Amino acid sequence: MTADAASAPVEGTGAAGPAKDGPAARGPRVRTATAYPRYVAGKVAGAAVSLLAVLVTGFFLFRLIPGDPVKFMTGGRQVSAEQLAAYRREFGLDLPLWRQFTDYCGKALTGDLGTSYQFSAPVIDKITEALPNTLLLTGTAFVLYTALGILLGTRAAWRHGRLGDRLGTGLALTLYSLPSFWLGLLLIITLSVGIGPLPGLFPTGGMESGGEEGLAYVLDVAHHLVLPVVTLVAVEYGQTLLVTRSALLDEMGSDYLTTARAKGLRDDLVRRRHAVPNALLPTVTLIFINLGRTVAGVILVETVFSWPGLGGLFYQALSVPDLPLVQGLFLVFAAAVILMNTLADLLYPLFDPRVGR
Amino acid sequence: MTTENTGVRKTAGDDTAAAGKPPSVRPRALAWQRRRASAARFWRTYRTHRAGVFGLAVLTLFALPALAAPLLTGSDAADVTDAPGAPLESPSAEFPFGTDRFGRNLLALVIRGARVSLLVGLLAAVLSVAIGTLIGVTAGHFRGWYATVMMRITDWFLVMPTLVLAIALATVMSRSLLTVVVAIGVTTWPTTARLVRAQTLAVETRPYIERARALGGGHWHVMTRHVLPNVMPLVLAQTTLIISSAILAEATLAFLGLGDPTVVSWGGLLQDAREAGAVSAGHWGYLVPPGIAIAVVALAFTLCGRTVESVLNPRLGVSR
Amino acid sequence: MSLLDVRGLTVTYAGGAQAVRGVDLRLDAGRKLGIAGESGCGKSTLALALLRLLPAGTRTGGEILLDGEDVLAMKWGRVRAVRWAGASIVFQGAMHSLNPVRRVGDQIAEPILLHRRATPAGARKRTGELLEHVGLPAARASAYPHELSGGQRQRVMIAMALACDPRLIIADEPTTALDVMIQAQILRLIERLVADQDVGLIMISHDLAVLAGTCDRLAVMYAGRVVEEGPARQVYEAARHPYAEALSAAFPRIGDPASRFAPRGLPGDPPDPSALPSGCAFHPRCPVARDSCATDDQPLRAAGPQRRAACVRVADDEREARAAAGTAAPHGEPDSPEEARRTTP
Repeated sequence: MTADAASAPVEGTGAAGPAKDGPAARGPRVRTATAYPRYVAGKVAGAAVSLLAVLVTGFFLFRLIPGDPVKFMTGGRQVSAEQLAAYRREFGLDLPLWRQFTDYCGKALTGDLGTSYQFSAPVIDKITEALPNTLLLTGTAFVLYTALGILLGTRAAWRHGRLGDRLGTGLALTLYSLPSFWLGLLLIITLSVGIGPLPGLFPTGGMESGGEEGLAYVLDVAHHLVLPVVTLVAVEYGQTLLVTRSALLDEMGSDYLTTARAKGLRDDLVRRRHAVPNALLPTVTLIFINLGRTVAGVILVETVFSWPGLGGLFYQALSVPDLPLVQGLFLVFAAAVILMNTLADLLYPLFDPRVGR
Repeated sequence: MTTENTGVRKTAGDDTAAAGKPPSVRPRALAWQRRRASAARFWRTYRTHRAGVFGLAVLTLFALPALAAPLLTGSDAADVTDAPGAPLESPSAEFPFGTDRFGRNLLALVIRGARVSLLVGLLAAVLSVAIGTLIGVTAGHFRGWYATVMMRITDWFLVMPTLVLAIALATVMSRSLLTVVVAIGVTTWPTTARLVRAQTLAVETRPYIERARALGGGHWHVMTRHVLPNVMPLVLAQTTLIISSAILAEATLAFLGLGDPTVVSWGGLLQDAREAGAVSAGHWGYLVPPGIAIAVVALAFTLCGRTVESVLNPRLGVSR
Repeated sequence: MSLLDVRGLTVTYAGGAQAVRGVDLRLDAGRKLGIAGESGCGKSTLALALLRLLPAGTRTGGEILLDGEDVLAMKWGRVRAVRWAGASIVFQGAMHSLNPVRRVGDQIAEPILLHRRATPAGARKRTGELLEHVGLPAARASAYPHELSGGQRQRVMIAMALACDPRLIIADEPTTALDVMIQAQILRLIERLVADQDVGLIMISHDLAVLAGTCDRLAVMYAGRVVEEGPARQVYEAARHPYAEALSAAFPRIGDPASRFAPRGLPGDPPDPSALPSGCAFHPRCPVARDSCATDDQPLRAAGPQRRAACVRVADDEREARAAAGTAAPHGEPDSPEEARRTTP
């Protein structure tokens, strides 16, 4: 009954007029067999251009360094002239810029991202080593914060303007304003180290205790996973909540919801069947656009919890600084976000018939 | 839509002034009168939003000590060599928040840190919004390939992991506050650019723009005299919201050791705390004050920004 | 017993706006009633009120007897059962009234399944039949709303309204967003369906000419009240209330070139429903208002055979007519709204 309030149009205030310039003049748009492939081709081409732009940015960004990159890399330590020359050769810095660029592109495309200065190992090896751990952490957190954000955002929109909505939205905004690394540190102090009589419930960092096998290993990793995931979910769900809430509030005034109620549908069915699926469409796009922010969160959370993933690796590379590794990770992070967004673009028409046909 | 309250009315005065060198100052005065009236109207509506008033109060609470920091803390508060207390003291009458790992007064450091965090946040937000507005207005005003290219670049920056880009920039540039400002400013402008462009496109369909063109107004005239005043309210709201994320970004960069090592900032204090082993020692008193400060100020700017947005454009505001 | 009998219906929105202020209407099965008025006169509120679709917090008074059962007194479960199965609505602007991301066939089948009129397979078959009934190929069931033209969407809306064989169909501005040719087609379609199925039709529009051409009777609303009511042709061609007169003059009449060259509009806007003028609500815009109109509210009174109007001039005319006929009836008695109401069919 209460949803009647939110979804019914208000007539009598002069808002509804006869002069609604409907899209009636537009003729029927007929689906064609070639439309979706063309849409896919467009999105894939766009993604390719974006990836190329990432590659170019990566190249020039790390040649912006004032002075000599090799000196920068060696951190001002005493290095002999021969060693410097050797480094220059190794990193191809003795070649003209355009040759450096073509070499770099060719190598990057074959997966050769150079050699880590710090680990004396190929950058790509370090990345593939850490990638599964990051995927585990990020994937778990992504699923949880998206689900939580959508669920709470929907509820907030239904209770729009009431105490529950204001408290829920307020909490989301507050958590959204917390620095993720700080929240992580506080959780470690309170739940891992323990305060006063409170014992530590969770490990302070890392991904495993070591020496465990089979199911015990899985449980051990899950135990280590709890706090990093909680931190990520806490700082990230707010954005999803706000996006879902505002998309649903937009949808609530729609005429087709009045139609659905006039058909005799119960209010919860009107929401579940009509309002929420429609509101989720723009929400999904925004969730993927906001993935960039999640990457930042992952870097900090992995750093704080010593999680052996790409983010932790990034922090290690930064503190040296290990430029080939920083550059390689920059490429990986950027490419991952672009690929995820392209994937979302490609799947979108399956859920929204208005797009890509 | 946004501008119905503020922008449209004041351009009427500008119009007369621009169209043919006014004989007297009256149109100008009229414009100012209207501007004052719309500002008063803005404040009356703003006052009714409790969250916005709360945010504003919190910001005042933080801004005043930050401005008065040299008087409150003495110039040597950040001095490592001549610290007043022992390292990691617990809170006491002399040191309400305790001391840091060098024995400095943590309260004084948090007050000093406010200066850096607020300054960097403001400057980075201004830079970011300036870039976004410039690109948004020009991409909306000039159509064709320029707009296409600009919007492609904007979209690219939009999905980019902004912080990673900022970190990369801060890594390769020298450690200074300017670096931090630039790194944040040049990576966070795309949302502003998109919003401003949409608003520009909407404004340019209005009849008075056509009139200005017919009277011989060039691109520069149309953009600065008609479009810009109309996108200003949007820009204001956007600035407030971006300050919030800029403060968080600054803290993050400082925490990752990419800030200016010579100044005290909230993020830097947290990095100090972590390096001093405050976490494993369970010394949470060291961590809480700077973290709370970051969170509260970021939240206050977000609340103000959302309120400004909803006052200027009720369809976009807090209720949503 | 009438199909629909609305008695003294009042609707007040949460903000205090009185959108409907005492409306009496009757409709028999197989008949067509038109409701006309400017936007903001309360006609769409009336349509939503009939199925209790107004926002929570809206106060509704009076009685809405649908087949003798008061909709306003029903429990919510019963209201939902009556919705669409007892009375359905064809909404204005079919683009927005259809869910943009669901196939139109599913949307037509939805009420059939909900009210348990058929199995899923049966509902699919019925959907195809309904579409063909309104002049669309059954295969269009798999189309999405944006793939249809405005006229086709309106046909889908009508097919949807027929899905559960309701006794009453309420058409709220069914042709507003359509061009004239399509408009005529849709009107003929609605007329044919009503004639075939013996349902009652309430058609709401701002276009008096459309209503006069389609409906048997016509009610003109102003500021939440019916100000004139009677046989459609008569109200359209010889309105007794100055507002109804202005409304019918606002549209050029086909076959009457004079009206094209002298279009008459009405100055001013309809009143704010939360701050209505005193006396007759129309008096500030009325071209023939008298001093007394600002203070005396005018009830609906008999204005000829099967006609009612709420204007002080009607009272005068009737008195004169009666005086001329020499039947000096006691003043007031035949003019009472109660009496006038009973004269409607």
